[in-house]
Amino acid sequence: MTSKTVLHAKHLESNAKMVDFHGWEMPINYGSQIEEHHAVRQDAGMFDVSHMTIVDVKGADAQSFLRTLVANDVAKLTVPGKALYTGMLNHDGGVIDDLIIYFFSETEYRLVVNSATRVKDLAWIAEVAKDFTVEVAERPEFAMIAVQGPNAKAKTATILNADQVAAVEGMKPFFGVQAGELFIATTGYTGEAGYEIVVHNDDAADLWQKLLDAGVAPAGLGARDTLRLEAGMNLYGLDMDETVSPLAANMGWTIAWEPQERNFIGREALVKQKAEGVDKLVGLVLEAKGVLRAGSKVIVDGGEGVITSGTFSPTLGFSVALARVPKSVGETAQVEMRKKLVDVKVVKPSFVRNGKSII
Amino acid sequence: MSNIPSELKYATSHEWVRNEGDGTYTVGISEHAQELLGDMVFVDLPDVGDEVDAGEDCAVAESVKAASDIYAPITGEVVAINEELEDAPEQVNADSYGDGWLFRIKASDESELANLLDAEGYQNSIDED
Repeated sequence: MTSKTVLHAKHLESNAKMVDFHGWEMPINYGSQIEEHHAVRQDAGMFDVSHMTIVDVKGADAQSFLRTLVANDVAKLTVPGKALYTGMLNHDGGVIDDLIIYFFSETEYRLVVNSATRVKDLAWIAEVAKDFTVEVAERPEFAMIAVQGPNAKAKTATILNADQVAAVEGMKPFFGVQAGELFIATTGYTGEAGYEIVVHNDDAADLWQKLLDAGVAPAGLGARDTLRLEAGMNLYGLDMDETVSPLAANMGWTIAWEPQERNFIGREALVKQKAEGVDKLVGLVLEAKGVLRAGSKVIVDGGEGVITSGTFSPTLGFSVALARVPKSVGETAQVEMRKKLVDVKVVKPSFVRNGKSII
Repeated sequence: MSNIPSELKYATSHEWVRNEGDGTYTVGISEHAQELLGDMVFVDLPDVGDEVDAGEDCAVAESVKAASDIYAPITGEVVAINEELEDAPEQVNADSYGDGWLFRIKASDESELANLLDAEGYQNSIDED
């Protein structure tokens, strides 16, 4: 039995092709994945991300609990609404999930975790929470719509009330604010400006329709994947999982090593991994014909690696991929594609930002 | 329900074949196949002059989702290819039976056509999938 978001009927109204995404019936596209991709890069598109799990953490120990639970340090968050991207690690230093944490106060935070990992995430969070005075509450009564693209903020502004417009006015990236009935955050998964909007289930279809009427194009999971990959953002389950160190998944920047006395879960394992050396996540570019695909073998100087995510980049017009390879990697590599070895360029794992190539 | 024109012949591997009446046959992929594959990003075609055998993989349709082999439905010589697909692979999605054609074969044995399915037979083969 698959779950449906409260926007299910709205997707069908827009002729969505629905697929099973980890137990959720979600739109893969509304006709053309590539057109939806371009809508987000060039104008404004929106995604139903209501399947994602919102977890509120409150209580006297909320800060110290999260300083134990995740690799980044929530003590860095001091301005209300500021958000932080981080990994939640197991004791072996593997990634249980990646998540965003919004700070409201030292006793109040909001976490947004992946849907595919929801059950194990909630179990892990509950287990760790046992030693702290915190209340952990999932918020299934909320839906979430991500509006992304160069015109996303302007088009969204046309459907907000004056107080909400004032609340988001000049909000910097990676912030969130409760504005009336909506929680509006300047976060996303596309490499474009825009908002992720948390809305009550009862009001979600109405918000979706208003955004449609404001000229925001519905975009499916297909476009969401090509957009995030162009932006060099990891997808849990492909680019990292419980067997992969964040150091080998381009998540080193999400680990707060200081202060040294903060003993977050996985720290000991990470220190060891760092000393021993781990693989690294790089970007691959194939300017010739063909599409790099996840699972393909990558041959580099000094060893072999694997493509963790690969796609055709609609913005660039050729294929790009993320690959985990030995640290000895040089500026080129070879990928095994359909039984042939093909030369590719090795670049930083990020390809497009704000509509432009950054290769 | 996708469109399956009755004047064409089909292979179970989702290619369609149109008799041009001069001993040559145009080949493409069905609307059903392009729907399964999603947006096309590259189409790798054989060269004009290539000799292909029925059932031989001779082209690749690469979509956002996967790379799929295209099989020659009949034996013969490739006499034309749809060069427009080089710059506009999306024509395969937009008009799979028209502007999205792939290549044309001069048949070396027209009796092979009898091995292909008619529209009804192809519809049945899709329904069984």
